[in-house]
Formats: sequence, C-alpha cells, structure tokens
Amino acid sequence: MVSIWFFIGISLAINGALVLAAGIYQIVSPPADPVVFFQLHANVWWGGALLIFGLIYCIKFAPKRQS
Amino acid sequence: MLLFAIEIPTRLVRLTPIDIVIVVFYFALVLSIGWYLKGRANTGEDFFMAGREMTAWVAGLSFLSANLGALELMGWAGSAYQYGILATHWYWIGAIPAMLFLALVMMPFYYISRTHSVPGYLQLRFGEPSRALSAISFAVMTVLMSGVNMFAMAKVMQIVLGWDINFSIWVSSLTVAIYVTLGGLRSAIFNEVLQFFLIWAGALLIPILGLYEAGGWTHLKVLITQRASAQYVHLWSGLGSFSDNPMGINWVGIVFGLGAVISMGYWTTDFLVVQRILAAKDIRSAEMAPIIGAGFKMFVPIIVILPGLLGLAVLPEKLVPESVAAVTGGHSYNDVLPLMLARYCGPGLLGLGVTALIAGFMSGMAGNVSAFTTVWTYDIYRPFINRTGSDRHYVNMGRWTTVIGVLISVGTAYLVMQFASIMDYVQALFSFFIAPLFGTVILGMLWKRATRAGGFWGLLCGTLSSIGMWVWVKIDPSALRYVALSPHAKGLAQDMFQALWSFLVCVVVTAVVSLASSPMPDSELKGLVYGLTEVPSVGDIPLYQKPIFWAAVVTVVFFVLNIIFW
Repeated sequence: MVSIWFFIGISLAINGALVLAAGIYQIVSPPADPVVFFQLHANVWWGGALLIFGLIYCIKFAPKRQS
Repeated sequence: MLLFAIEIPTRLVRLTPIDIVIVVFYFALVLSIGWYLKGRANTGEDFFMAGREMTAWVAGLSFLSANLGALELMGWAGSAYQYGILATHWYWIGAIPAMLFLALVMMPFYYISRTHSVPGYLQLRFGEPSRALSAISFAVMTVLMSGVNMFAMAKVMQIVLGWDINFSIWVSSLTVAIYVTLGGLRSAIFNEVLQFFLIWAGALLIPILGLYEAGGWTHLKVLITQRASAQYVHLWSGLGSFSDNPMGINWVGIVFGLGAVISMGYWTTDFLVVQRILAAKDIRSAEMAPIIGAGFKMFVPIIVILPGLLGLAVLPEKLVPESVAAVTGGHSYNDVLPLMLARYCGPGLLGLGVTALIAGFMSGMAGNVSAFTTVWTYDIYRPFINRTGSDRHYVNMGRWTTVIGVLISVGTAYLVMQFASIMDYVQALFSFFIAPLFGTVILGMLWKRATRAGGFWGLLCGTLSSIGMWVWVKIDPSALRYVALSPHAKGLAQDMFQALWSFLVCVVVTAVVSLASSPMPDSELKGLVYGLTEVPSVGDIPLYQKPIFWAAVVTVVFFVLNIIFW
C-alpha cells in the first residue's frame, strides 16, 4: 500500500511549486493592490520551503522504495 | 449545484487562477485517496476500525486533526480576539492532562477490551441500557457537531470568497461523503493526516508575518494592552475572581470545570477522537498516539490563538459580536482568521490558506461522520434492529449510514444558522453529554463496585441535570449566578460549571445506586476494571521509546508554557 507520507509529500510539493510560481510571477509583475509585507515575497520562500519538504517526503516514501 | 454559486459583492478577497488550482487540487487529492483505499474497506474491521493497523504517528496526528475543525480554526481565533490569551486554556489545561490521562490510564482498557467504540465499552461494563443511552446521545451530538462544522465552513467561504452558503455546504459535504463511503475510517484517517499538514502549511505564515508586523511578542503585548487591557495577555493572573478577566470566569471553573471534567470527558470518551486511537496497531502505538497528539496540541495556539491576538493588535477595524455584526454589517470576532489571511497572503498563499481552512473543516466533518457511522451500525443498528446480519451487511449499512449522516448534518447546518453564536451552542452540547459520560466511564474503569444500574442511572441523571441547568439559564439568564456561583459569571463560565455539576450528579447517583444494588461478580469485570485486569506491558524497550517517558516530557513543557504566560 502507498504510504500516507507519500501522499503528503505529493501535496506539499505541488502546493509549494504553485505558491512559488505565483510568487515569482508577482516579482516580475507586481500587483496593483499588494498585501501587507508584499516586499518580503513570502510566497517565494514559503513555497520553496514546502516544495523542498514535499520532495524529501516523496523520495523517502516513494512506493518503489517502500516495497 | 453550481446554480447556487452566486457571488456576494462584500467578499474579502478574490482568488486568482492559481489559488483556484490549489483548492481544486486539494479536493482532487482527498477524493483520489478515498478512491485508492476503496479496495481496502471490505470487512467491518477494515471499514470501521481501519484494520487496527495505524502507527502511533498516523493515529496521533489523526487524533489531533479530527479535532482541528471549525471550532479550532475560526472559533478559537475569534475567542482569542474576544477574550485574549485566556482562550489558550482550551489547548493546554483543557487538553494536555486529559490526553496524557487517556494514553496512560484509560487506553489500556479500551485496547484490551477490543471494543470498537466507547458505547461498546459501556455495554461490556454496564450493559445494554447504558450503551443505548450513550450511543443515542452521541449520535445526536455528532450530527449536530457536523452541522456546526459545515455551517462554519460555509460562512468562511461566504466571507472570504463570496461563495453562496448553500454551494459551500453541499460541495464539502458531498466530498466527505464520497471519500468516507469509499474508504471508511482508513480514508478518513489518511485524509486527516494530510489535512494536518495542509493546515500548518496554510496557516503558519499568519503568525510569522503578524509577529513581524507587531514588532515581536513583547511589543504585541504592549499593543494589546493599549487596545484592550493587560489581562488579555495573562493566562492565570486574572483568574482569581470572575470580574478580573475578560472571560468572566475564575480558576475553579478553568481547573475543575474545563481541565478536570469537560476536557477529560471530551478527550477520553468522545468517540470522535478515541476512534482514531482504537485503530492503532498495538498497545504501545495506542498509548503513544495521544502523547504525540498532546505534543502537537501544545503548539496549535500558534496558528489559532496568536492570529486572534494579532488581529486585536494590528487590524484597523474593531470586530464585534456576531449579533452586532449581523445588524451593522461589520465583521464579527469569528472573522478574525480570514481577515488576517487576506491581510498577509497574496496569490498562491491565499489559495493555500483557504485550503487550510477547508481542510480543517472537512477533517472535523469527516471525523464526526465516521464516528457516527460506527456508533450507529455497531451500537444501535446491530444490537437493537438487526442482530443477525453478516459482516458484509454491516459494512453496507456503514456506507449507507455515511451518506445519511452527511444529509442529516446538512439539515443540521441549516438549523445552526438560527443560532447567534456557534461557540456557545457547541459548548452547551459538550456539557449535555460529555461530562456525565466521563463520570460513568471513569467510575466503570476505576471502581469495581459500580453496578449496571448505577452506571445507567448516573449517566441519565447527569445528562438530564445538565440539560435542566441549560434550560433554566436560557429561560432566566439571571440564574447563571446560581449555576456558576457568582453574579459576575459570563457565558463560558456557565458551560464550565454546568459540566462540573452534571459530572458530580452523575458520580453521586452512580455511587448511591451502586451501593444500593448487588455487586457484580469479579468474573464479569475482568479486562474492564482496574484491580481485576492485568494491564498489558508495552514490552522491554529502551526508556526513550516508552510512552511514560514522552508523557513526562510533554508534562514538563506544559508546566513551563503555563509559567511563561502566567
């Protein structure tokens, strides 16, 4: 059976990639009505952290590796 | 269904396409997990008990996540805005001691009796009438709680996104119905663990950025003191008297009402959470799971209470009670978390934050539905309606009950809309059923002289006394001074003292009736009562792997946190 941790890795990695992509797009094309602390680009570093964390889980708990 | 999706112009935020992709991906993933697990839910043990093969980590995180529902995320953030840091008591003294008590004292009995539910334990210990009373009251409470979850989620979606309330209720409830019907408890548990991670991923940025804006914890306290009062940032120092704190409660209510009765009742006998632990693969996992849950529970205030306090400090507008907001069109206390989300989270992060809220609501709803399904099938349908069905028949009944339970919850959600305050309503429910049930279960486990008649009448009288006090105060609000023993007592104090009295009524009636009836023979109590049961050992393992060691670590951290925020 596929480990629950693999599903979590998939979720965090994909969500992280999407958030990171949105953050990079906002750097290139800043919004007209930014959120508070937009200049910190939280979606870039937070999305990146989720992506890395998720990939680690995906690799560690990959079905092949588990079996 | 999409016809219901009428947008309301007063929404807080507008989701970008990337946010919508994140939300849709979440729904697709939880449904995929349900679909993937559908082949592993063919027997009763698989469907209702997840095969009893969960590790301590999975059971522990699921145990905690099932509780991270609407109340946790929106309600307690709103309570933190309204009452300050006092709301943290519901996470610390109102949870940690009870979770450790469950792990070290009660879990061995649940586990070795091989019961499938808390009413199932009552049947073994006190007979069918006690089980019937407990199962029916639990079923009622569960569908009401599930309705509360749905309503709260739909409100968030309405406030944040402008989605129609009917659309939100139906989409979330059908999703839960599908994945629980397909995969049973295992599917609910897997999704709860997933939701636990998503909640943290989506909500943790709010306190991080909020503390940055407020200038750190020390400056946050200064801001809160300026905008509210110094008592909003102290856990214990204002609890000497009802009138010295914003909650209108004293330390007796918090320690004995909340810590010793309500939380003990909730965390040790509410089958919604206990069911997750019963799915553990062995006795060590069953004991470790609540301890792991307690360890994480201590830090949940970071994503729930802290945003409420930060809202008090940094939001430009003053939030008001629900009843006032309904008249003035302003934002209520319960809106503080979505407001903070909209304040800091841009595209992507906003989708993740909204997903965290949806995940929290759905984990609570799935927890209620799966627990309701088990109790209905094993504790009401099988003993009282159809005793001779096959295992397959009961699994099918479980699947149908999941769907019907969700539909009843939807009806309940519309009923809840009539109540002004979600929080008070649910607290009242806890007091009705949970406190007396804890009295019955704990006496059953610790006192062998407790008899079947004593257990039944204690549970019934405790529940009736609680309902009676609630009705009394509802009819005559000034009666609160008698229930809570102070003219300065406020709403939440009523719940604490009501629980305390109903627990005491239950214990006294159980003791009196038991002593007046014939004792049960020891042979019938083996495996059910302390002193007559050989408590199973976790085995010969190193100290750092023993549940008692980690319980001690959690206890030390618990005391340190309470002292720091005294």
